[in-house]
Amino acid sequence: MTTITTASRIPIDGPVETPWKLPYRGNIGMACLIIAESAIFIIFVVAYIYYIGKSLSGPTPAQVLELPIFGTICLLSSSIFVHFAVSSLRKDNLRGCTLNLAATVLLGTIFLATTAQEWYHLIHDEGLTIKTNLFGTTYYSLVGLHATHVVVGLIMLSLTLGLSLTGHVKEEHSEKLEVLSLYWHFVDAVWVVVFLVVYVIGR
Amino acid sequence: MTTTPVLEAIDETLETQGRPPLNVIYEWLTTVDHKKIGLMYIVYALIFLVVGGFEAILMRIQLAIPNNHFVSPQVFNQLFTMHGTTMVFFMGMPILFGVGNYLVPLMIGARDMAFPRLNAFSFWISAFAGMLLYFSYIGGSGLYAAGSAPDVGWFAYAPLTSKVFSPGHSTDYWTLAVFLSGVGSIGTALNIVTTILCMRCKGMKMSRMPLLPWLYLVMAGLVFVAVSPLTAAQIMLTLDRYLGAHFFDTQAGGSAILWMHFFWIFGHPEVYVLVLPAFAFANEIIPVFSRKAMFGYPAMVAASVSIGFISLSVWAHHMFTAGLGPAGNTFFVFATMVISVPTGIKIFNWLATIWGGKIIFAVPMIFMIGFLFQFLIAGLTGIMLSAAPFNWQLSASYFVVAHFHYVLVGAIVFSLFGAFYYWYPKVTGRMMSETLGKWHFWLFLIGFHLTFDFMHVPGILGMPRRIYTYEAGRGWDTLNFIVGVGAIFQAAGTLVLVYNMIHSYYKGKEAGHDPWDAWTLEWSVPSPPPSYNFAIEPTVSSRRPLWDIKHPEDPDADYE
Amino acid sequence: MSLIAGTAFAQSPTNIFDPAGTPARSAFGLSMLVLSITLAIFLIVAGLLLYALVRFRHRSTDSNREPAQIYGSNQIELSWTVIPILIVVTLFLTTTRVILGTEAIPKPASAIDVTIIGHQFWWEYRYPKSGVVTANELHVPISDPASPTPTYLTMSSADVSHSFWVPRLAGKMDLIPNRVNTMWIDPEATGLYLGQCAQYCGTQHAKMLLRVYAQSPQDFAAWIEQQNKPAQQEFPGNAAATEGQAVFMKNACINCHTVKGTVATGRFGPDLTHLASRDTIASGPIQNTPENLRKWVEDPNTMKPGSLMPAMHLNDHDLDVITAYLSQLH
Ligand code: HEA
Ligand code: HEA
Ligand code: HEC
Ligand code: CUA
Ligand SMILES: [Cu+2]
Repeated sequence: MTTITTASRIPIDGPVETPWKLPYRGNIGMACLIIAESAIFIIFVVAYIYYIGKSLSGPTPAQVLELPIFGTICLLSSSIFVHFAVSSLRKDNLRGCTLNLAATVLLGTIFLATTAQEWYHLIHDEGLTIKTNLFGTTYYSLVGLHATHVVVGLIMLSLTLGLSLTGHVKEEHSEKLEVLSLYWHFVDAVWVVVFLVVYVIGR
Repeated sequence: MTTTPVLEAIDETLETQGRPPLNVIYEWLTTVDHKKIGLMYIVYALIFLVVGGFEAILMRIQLAIPNNHFVSPQVFNQLFTMHGTTMVFFMGMPILFGVGNYLVPLMIGARDMAFPRLNAFSFWISAFAGMLLYFSYIGGSGLYAAGSAPDVGWFAYAPLTSKVFSPGHSTDYWTLAVFLSGVGSIGTALNIVTTILCMRCKGMKMSRMPLLPWLYLVMAGLVFVAVSPLTAAQIMLTLDRYLGAHFFDTQAGGSAILWMHFFWIFGHPEVYVLVLPAFAFANEIIPVFSRKAMFGYPAMVAASVSIGFISLSVWAHHMFTAGLGPAGNTFFVFATMVISVPTGIKIFNWLATIWGGKIIFAVPMIFMIGFLFQFLIAGLTGIMLSAAPFNWQLSASYFVVAHFHYVLVGAIVFSLFGAFYYWYPKVTGRMMSETLGKWHFWLFLIGFHLTFDFMHVPGILGMPRRIYTYEAGRGWDTLNFIVGVGAIFQAAGTLVLVYNMIHSYYKGKEAGHDPWDAWTLEWSVPSPPPSYNFAIEPTVSSRRPLWDIKHPEDPDADYE
Repeated sequence: MSLIAGTAFAQSPTNIFDPAGTPARSAFGLSMLVLSITLAIFLIVAGLLLYALVRFRHRSTDSNREPAQIYGSNQIELSWTVIPILIVVTLFLTTTRVILGTEAIPKPASAIDVTIIGHQFWWEYRYPKSGVVTANELHVPISDPASPTPTYLTMSSADVSHSFWVPRLAGKMDLIPNRVNTMWIDPEATGLYLGQCAQYCGTQHAKMLLRVYAQSPQDFAAWIEQQNKPAQQEFPGNAAATEGQAVFMKNACINCHTVKGTVATGRFGPDLTHLASRDTIASGPIQNTPENLRKWVEDPNTMKPGSLMPAMHLNDHDLDVITAYLSQLH
């Protein structure tokens, strides 16, 4: 039997499927994160739906919740801008990228502000806190969990914006920006679910 | 016989001799090398194995005779809570992640994990979580009172965990520790999936990947969908305890059942998260020591994937006594029983792999044989538990405790021990002592069977779990005594293992790079592997690249 | 496996393989079927494994060549997929029949109703039809198949989850706060059936024992009638008991305990109206003797550490008279 001793044999030179290309790890990593995060959100949504109408005392959602149309429009359209930011960067259009990023951050911030305003109204005027009843408990945790994700996304987007304003973002970063935009799209998609559950079904 | 070629190492950073100890420690604390992180995971988990095992011994001493006063009820309740939590979250998960961390990149011909820094972060956060759990012994009631550990059981049913029934902070330590360990697990799982999908060496199509990475892939996928719900539930529990929310507050209309669902949506897939790596070790070790290729590779992959999926739909078999109603019960009986089909495929494929081979009874293989028999029995007691009316009798009795230790110890721990003996030479460059290994095996095997075979019987005789003492005259006394004796044997066996690992590190026989004449890529690099694993990234054209080299006249690629 | 079969012979008052009621009996029947199927599977698979290990072990006389490599076989693999599927379907259908036979059958009009409320760490029993309230010792009539009088248990909890498990009568069912579960039992023979709480509920989960007294219909009716009376309040010729009653009513005891017909109407602890008619106190582990009662009232935590009844710090005299009083509550 043959004895092979040279190291050069180990990368076995069989027929290699060319080209050998595997997916970009940023995307896969983000996809995994999104699956895990979705599972977390599903649990919160299930808890929300399970407790609809089970509060022992008021106020009820129908009494205190308004449809947050404006905030929703802002958040959803920010998704479009982040998409444009990525495609501008791919085309090496740095200015377009910066502008679109700025629009994304702005719209995201407006959304957060509307949420803050809503919470202020609920706590201050309606006296609804997380302790009040099951509605308060589930409402603040679900919306709060989403808002936390918005904050995280905004921090990352602002950092990127800062980098691009100082000229550190280049075309070769477009893959990375795309990963970030995936996250932002996810945050938006979750909002659609939260919106439906809290403001449409839950009311 | 043929020899396998060795790749020269590019550097020798793993070589620690002759350098100032502080430098070495600093290097380990800051390392992002998957092998070092893997080893840290393993060592850390082994420490917790001994701690958790020690807690088990204390419980068994308390239960050895009726009406014993060895520990107080409070202490006993803390013991089983800490034992269960430690063993599942701080022994089982880290040790499997550790082995995976070490092996997955080596087996797929990669130089590191996809996100080395995330890897280090995940490890350190899990390590921190474990310490936090044990810090509760000091901080559980705040600094002004005597310390206490959590005592709510490892599944911490609501509303026992609410502030009313569990004042103090011990439950908070439990929640936080489990939450953080969950974050660490999700991080590592993310890394494993990304590594496997994006870092395979040239030619390694998914259908050519060794089974170990395959099973780790399924396991990591399960972690996303199983551990995340637990993380969410822990957030809710924390909100309840700190901000006065009412998720699980039955007095404010909250639901105790909801926690059960959330916990077991995690808990059931979790047991498969633990067992899949054990299967993975078997998939590598059994073929090598039978000298045959794995029988039915595609079926093995398909079975693992379907176990992953089915396991997501069976959680309520832990709740047959919670009053699910006939429809719910029937559904979960069915889903649970169906899992025996893909699991059976695995058992039979292992059997077929052994069949017609030339079985070498080295220490890794004898542990695998123990694994096969014990997993078979454990699975069959699982089937008994899954027949709901039978379960109404057996649930929450010592029969359940015996069932799950049969899997967790008889299958997972045995498989792990086999894996230790098998890959130890790769990790350290030295063989472990076969004689001591056999001592370890027999002591642990005898201990295991004394403990867990006899433990089924008190369950059938009506002994519930989680009781700190019992009256004489229920027919449990002798049995409990035997069970306790078995635990001592297991401890002795574990001590032999620890001794063997330390002793062989210094005195063991030189292993060379391929002591078992095996077939996967990790055996083509020196032992221990250099920090970049492969000087030249390998290319493969079959599932067993080293077989092809050793048998150029009959390469695997022809059969795939 | 054989060990499990061996337990059929074991002596234990709580052996699940020694059924004395319909639900336990049907679970027992199912378990025998499941046991024999799994035993058969075990024998076959373990036998094959053992055979393979012996037959195909590496012998020193063997040549050094590797054995023939076999990569799989579709027919064989199909067979060991299909056969388990058939077994699973059989098991599933049988199980379903037993589930439906226990959980989905109509309740006869002659059934007795009992409401069980779990407490840390004792049981409250209420008989809604007769108004009887008692604790820790459940009395039910035996059920004659000709004219069945099963007992339907409506279960809930006042605090955390518990589980009602009397192995010889039926499987267990959890008592969950904010939720109502039901189950039924129908003892075949008179006697005392033991069991205990099977869901971890806190410090004294271990000493939350269950005692079910199955009585003939006549005895049961007599018991109900006796329990329905208000507590004795006159103790002619027993000065200690009379004084004990006064001390009891002056103390915080009445905030937690009910003694029917007096000012004591607390519901946090067990109903004491007919305490002396019970064999045990503190849900099972302690014999109901005057000495034990005295020790219990003095400091429950020495007898049942973690019990939610506080030590009342009574002086010796008060303890004596309260014990005398409690011993008279037949
Ligand atoms: C790694 C761990 C692990 C594994 C793999 C399993 C595997 C299984 N388990 Fe187990 N289980 C636990 C860990 C595990 N379990 C733990 C920790 C608990 C308790 C948690 C707690 O309460 O604290 C538990 C509890 C538990 C319960 C709840 C008991 C109760 O509390 O009331 C049930 C009920 O259905 C159950 C069933 C099963 C079944 C059907 C399998 C199946 O996967 C087994 C399948 C395998 C086989 C069947 C053998 C091989 C197959 C063949 C040879 C084919 C032919 C066979 C047939 C056709 C039947 N398990
Ligand atoms: C992977 C998981 C795992 C492992 C490996 C084990 C291992 C063991 N377990 Fe554990 N166990 C659980 C997971 C595990 N367990 C879980 C999840 C629960 C449920 C908890 C709950 O109800 O909440 C449980 C509950 C549980 C109970 C039930 C408690 C109760 O309900 O009241 C018992 C009782 O006997 C027990 C015993 C043992 C024993 C004897 C071992 C042995 O196999 C251990 C052997 C190992 C050693 C002995 C370590 C070696 C020790 C040394 C070398 C030190 C020696 C030093 C001295 C003796 C001084 N376990
Ligand atoms: C804070 C509430 C509380 C007070 C006050 C209280 N008890 Fe109790 N008592 C309980 C509880 C709870 C139990 C059940 C304990 C257990 O079994 O774990 C109990 C059990 C008992 C029992 C046993 C009953 C049985 O059926 O097993 C007796 C007797 C008793 N108490 C007597 C007294 C007397 C006498 C006093 C006053 C001197 C008193 N209790 C004060 C809460 C209280
Ligand atoms: Cu009540 Cu356990
Ligand atoms: Cu399960």
